[in-house]
Amino acid sequence: MDVSALDEASLAGSAVDIGETMQAIAEHKGCGTSGGTGNASCGSQAGQGDLPTEIWEKVKNHPCYSEEAHHHYARMHVAVAPACNIQCNYCNRKYDCANESRPGVVSEKLTPEQAAKKVLAVASTIPQMTVLGIAGPGDPLANPEKTFKTFELVAKAAPDIKLCLSTNGLMLPDHVDTIARFKIDHVTITINMVQPEIGAKIYPWIFYNHKRYTGLEAAKILNDRQLQGLEMLTERGILCKINSVMIPGINDQHLVEVNKAVKSRGAFLHNIMPLIAAPEHGTVLGLNGQRAPTAQELKALQDLCEGETNMMRHCRQCRADAVGLLGEDRSAEFTTEKIMAMDVKYDLKMRKAYQAKVEEERVAKVAAEQEELAELGNEMSGVKLLVAVATKGSGLINEHFGHAKEFQVYELSTTGAKFVGHRRVDHYCRGGYGEEESLATIIRAINDCHAAFVAKIGGCPKSNLLKAGIEPVDQYAHEFIEKSAIAWFKSYLVKVQSGEIQHVERGEAAIRQGALISAA
Amino acid sequence: MPFKIIASQCSGCSACELECPNVAISEKGGTFVIDPKKCTECIGHFDEPQCVAVCPVDNTCVVDTSLPRYQARA
Repeated sequence: MDVSALDEASLAGSAVDIGETMQAIAEHKGCGTSGGTGNASCGSQAGQGDLPTEIWEKVKNHPCYSEEAHHHYARMHVAVAPACNIQCNYCNRKYDCANESRPGVVSEKLTPEQAAKKVLAVASTIPQMTVLGIAGPGDPLANPEKTFKTFELVAKAAPDIKLCLSTNGLMLPDHVDTIARFKIDHVTITINMVQPEIGAKIYPWIFYNHKRYTGLEAAKILNDRQLQGLEMLTERGILCKINSVMIPGINDQHLVEVNKAVKSRGAFLHNIMPLIAAPEHGTVLGLNGQRAPTAQELKALQDLCEGETNMMRHCRQCRADAVGLLGEDRSAEFTTEKIMAMDVKYDLKMRKAYQAKVEEERVAKVAAEQEELAELGNEMSGVKLLVAVATKGSGLINEHFGHAKEFQVYELSTTGAKFVGHRRVDHYCRGGYGEEESLATIIRAINDCHAAFVAKIGGCPKSNLLKAGIEPVDQYAHEFIEKSAIAWFKSYLVKVQSGEIQHVERGEAAIRQGALISAA
Repeated sequence: MPFKIIASQCSGCSACELECPNVAISEKGGTFVIDPKKCTECIGHFDEPQCVAVCPVDNTCVVDTSLPRYQARA
């Protein structure tokens, strides 16, 4: 592997940074454990809050590591790592469909050279794209040569882009030093269990040291390597996110133990994701009829673990070739054929200027929220409810109900508006075809919400939402999400107090399982 | 000799290519093929054929019964 591109000076510089960052992480550990809802300001949730500046600098424009950043900044994955070294019962590598949005699935594999060209093409077209991740479609560390070659090429051509990788952890301990040398300062490890008995139900086998292991032995080796890798990374000041797939009846309750195990080893963020399993995916769990968690079950588990560590709730479980903001996928614009034909000029100045504008927007958004929140300060109420928001990004209510491919969900209380998740839907407006059915699907997806904030909504869906007990709100079109939600919540409380309306709890909501219908 | 890959089942993931000690595996039209002249069934290298052990799709790397086994070649 050629690492000569990294000169001595920068290596020496990074060693100093790492020392400082380690200290910062050590001091930061325990964030959120001390006080009640204080965690809302911590880590992935809102702005810098109580994060040390060194860590905030690392995460502030990483859409996966900062919830607030994900409204503004985009990421991309390049599919240079097709081989995998373990088998998971929720994964089927053979199935590949352009409409399928889940990890492990891609439309085309890339060589490191093609990947580097793609990164430059996307960076020039989408100046808010700040992060390059390698997440498969297999395991990046089962393809170390292609993975690190890609990072090397990108670091040379586009040094401002953050590098990030996502692994099952089996080979992680062997590559930690290389990861540190390449200045990859965000690593995600998928850890679904810390008990081999549970692992054996999730992983039928692993391939390690030239041998296939099965059952308890496989799960034990995998977990030992994952936790060892996590410890080695956090010792070096590399931020670690832990992904866990929530599988009802198999590891759902156990994920609380996983949360404790990874927190004690210095994990920065824990991302508990709902299982994606349908028979048509051809996965073992899908074929066995394993159900996914409901939106309520997922949120309850995330809430339970939140006292222990920062929780990621904005993950879209994206493909290994995804491009764009987390809620969108623009990969179709950047097929190999298209990028090879592009004449790409990497304009760092233009990117910086654009990002400076984004930063102004972020500051304005937070200020507006604070202002609105200050007025709410005197209100005393135990009412806590969810609202759904249609947005295209930038933290604004700027999407029409009929065009929304997802709704973002905020929990409102007198402490403010907190992002707690998102619900994927097929957009309703498809020129009159199948609208009744898709409207029912949308209502099922946001059935736990009291209101839906949209830029615009037609008369028919409006009356259907009202019938379902969800208030359509379009009076805050193109305004900031949090500020508007808090303002609406204030007037809601006034109506409840005056007896004009009665506050009632909402029902369950479903997590969308099927293929994402591309809007393209 | 050897193992062969059933092309209709191959996901094209390249895991076998990376593990083969004989560099007998290469890509051909999106899936992978084993060069029967180079395949030693991993005898002398490992306890189990690496392509079989690492392949994510069961029964995709299989013994090619149309050819004599590697041991019989000498």
